[in-house]
Amino acid sequence: MISVGHYLAVSAVLFTLGVLGIFINRKNIIVILMAIELILLAVNINLVAFSAALGDLVGQVFAMFVLTVAAGEAAIGLAILVIYFRGRGTIAVDDANRMKG
Amino acid sequence: MIQAIVFLPLLAALVAGLGQRFIGTAASKIVTTGALFASCALSWPIFLSFLGGDAETSVTPVLHWVSSGALQFNWELRVDTLTAVMLVVITTVSALVHLYSWGYMEEDPDQPRFFAYLSLFTFAMLMLVTANNLVQMFFGWEGVGLASYLLIGFWYKKPSANAAAIKAFVVNRVGDLGFMLGIFGTFLVFNTVSIPEILAAAPGMAGSTIGFLGQRFDTMTVLCLLLFIGAMGKSAQLGLHTWLPDAMEGPTPVSALIHAATMVTAGVFMVCRLSPMFEVAPIALGVVTFVGAATCLFAATVGTTQWDIKRVIAYSTCSQLGYMFFAAGVGAYGAAMFHLFTHAFFKALLFLGAGSVIHAMHHEQDMRYYGGLRRHIPLTYWAMMAGTLAITGVGIAGIFGFAGFYSKDGILEAAYASGGGGQIAFWVGTFAALLTSFYSWRLVFLTFFGKPRWAASEHIQHAVHGDHHDHPADEHAGGDVHHAHAADAHEGTAGYHPHESPLSMLIPLGVLSIGAIFAGYLFHHPFIYPEEGMAFWNGSLAFDAHLMHAAHEVPTIIKWMPFAAMAIGLLIAWNSYIRNTALPARFVSQFGLLHQFLFNKWYFDELYNLLFVKPAFAIGRFFWKRGDEGTIDRFGPDGVAALVQGGTRLAVRLQSGYVYGYAFVMLLGLVGLASWAMVRFL
Repeated sequence: MISVGHYLAVSAVLFTLGVLGIFINRKNIIVILMAIELILLAVNINLVAFSAALGDLVGQVFAMFVLTVAAGEAAIGLAILVIYFRGRGTIAVDDANRMKG
Repeated sequence: MIQAIVFLPLLAALVAGLGQRFIGTAASKIVTTGALFASCALSWPIFLSFLGGDAETSVTPVLHWVSSGALQFNWELRVDTLTAVMLVVITTVSALVHLYSWGYMEEDPDQPRFFAYLSLFTFAMLMLVTANNLVQMFFGWEGVGLASYLLIGFWYKKPSANAAAIKAFVVNRVGDLGFMLGIFGTFLVFNTVSIPEILAAAPGMAGSTIGFLGQRFDTMTVLCLLLFIGAMGKSAQLGLHTWLPDAMEGPTPVSALIHAATMVTAGVFMVCRLSPMFEVAPIALGVVTFVGAATCLFAATVGTTQWDIKRVIAYSTCSQLGYMFFAAGVGAYGAAMFHLFTHAFFKALLFLGAGSVIHAMHHEQDMRYYGGLRRHIPLTYWAMMAGTLAITGVGIAGIFGFAGFYSKDGILEAAYASGGGGQIAFWVGTFAALLTSFYSWRLVFLTFFGKPRWAASEHIQHAVHGDHHDHPADEHAGGDVHHAHAADAHEGTAGYHPHESPLSMLIPLGVLSIGAIFAGYLFHHPFIYPEEGMAFWNGSLAFDAHLMHAAHEVPTIIKWMPFAAMAIGLLIAWNSYIRNTALPARFVSQFGLLHQFLFNKWYFDELYNLLFVKPAFAIGRFFWKRGDEGTIDRFGPDGVAALVQGGTRLAVRLQSGYVYGYAFVMLLGLVGLASWAMVRFL
């Protein structure tokens, strides 16, 4: 029987992967966007799992909201990325250090 | 009138010093020289009226100065016999030196400054000798020290001149500390700084004691010794003499005025001025005698080995000052002042004559490169001759003698007559007279006699070379010119022709020659004869008629001793530098150690370097490197700055500019906050 605990474990693994994807990745800003998606999806799994377990639909409504926000975020992120690439000619993370003090 | 004498030089110094841009070089020279000649013209009548016996001691008030409780003193100009003697010495020599500088300093770009300093010096010196209280004397004392410093370092681009100026200043500080302590102590004891009041009260203090350095000492001995330390510094006595030879870095007129005729005699003047005080302190007088005799001998021995013409005369000055001090030490203050008086004339003459030689020899000062100058600069030669005859004390008792004959014999006879330590001083002084005669004639023989030895001198070669550039025609004249030069070089002249100095330099030489020849003969009666001296000095110094009477009664053989010493010195000099010129070199090779010892001035400079200069440098460096830089700077300003810099360097590293770095920190913060909230609220 698959319990809530299993769902939460998957979610936690996905979340951790997402977070590490942001920090450890030094190559590509697109990967960072994907990692953020991963984090959001991990949260979604949490929401849906608790919703099913507790029989409360609000959780699933929240998940729908999160998906919408994630879609918007991906759209805006990619748009910024395109502009950024036009300006700098690269999307390598290591080159994105203009804010260095 | 006395105000005019004292303040004209100050006025001239201010006009020439501050207004040189507006009035120009020529006007500065005219103003200062004119003021000095006016001062001089006003001084002689005062002196002559004291000489005639129809002048009274006068005190002219100038300004109120300090009135604070018991400490009360004013600016006052005191004129008595002692002051009158100093007045004519100072103003006459100063006026002549001003005139002399017209010629000597002609090519110098900074003449207004030079003349302003000279006049400023004269003012300070006049202030010193007219002082009616110790503080005003100290003002003049420091004023002449300042002027001396400025004038020694006049050629401030020369490092050696700067070093000499600083040395003179610092060594004089040592003496001044003693002088200041003496003034403080005098005020403590007598409750006044007024000289007449102190002198009147001094005999009453005999036998009392004072606490000094945790011990009880005889009051007057302590005070007199402290004051004498001041005199030692200013008058370059053994121990504090090291600055005087170095002071020769200054222009020669300065050496003549300050370091021969006037400033260095300030110590003798001070001891004579305060002679009633010293009379109460026999131990202090013994020290004065001892130091004077030691200096006299020391400086004379060193003078016999030096090559620099000015240094020989500088050591000669040091030695003659020693004579003055031991004269004062045995109680013959009149003789001390008489030697001061005659010495001012002949020593200024010798210095100015040396300046004329240096001028003629294109600033060559080494006597090894002189020789045979008698025919080229005859007037300078005769002036130097007069000075040398005066300093060596040539004369026949009862008939006529040059200036030094009367004053030096007066001192030596008084020393002999005083007995005790004075007799030792007499023998030392007689031996020093032999040495004086030797080095003075050595100077004359090396400079004016023999064959020219100029060819080896860099200065002369430079001069000859420079002439070629001035007259390119010479170069084209061809072989015969070169032939002539080759022949000249063979003679040792290198083709150089010394020229006699201009009239502005010769007139002072002439006037001073007259002084050097006649000053002793004309004035020895009032200065040192028992009855006339009593009337002449008139209580302005502690004139001891008995001693002077005894001095005239010494055995004939004693009277002839100085003359014999002079003759022996002359003979030795003639034998070594005219007859057998190889003798000095042979002597040096035989007594190399002795010669080295004397040539290096008894290693006083080295000793002081080891004892004072190096430890002072070491202490200074310790406080500088370890104390200031190592502690205060390191933990103070530099430490704070380093801390801030280190902090920022850390902060800068945090701000990497990488988004993921920031995100990581945010996450850490979030995790921390969440953990804290969980622990705190759950």
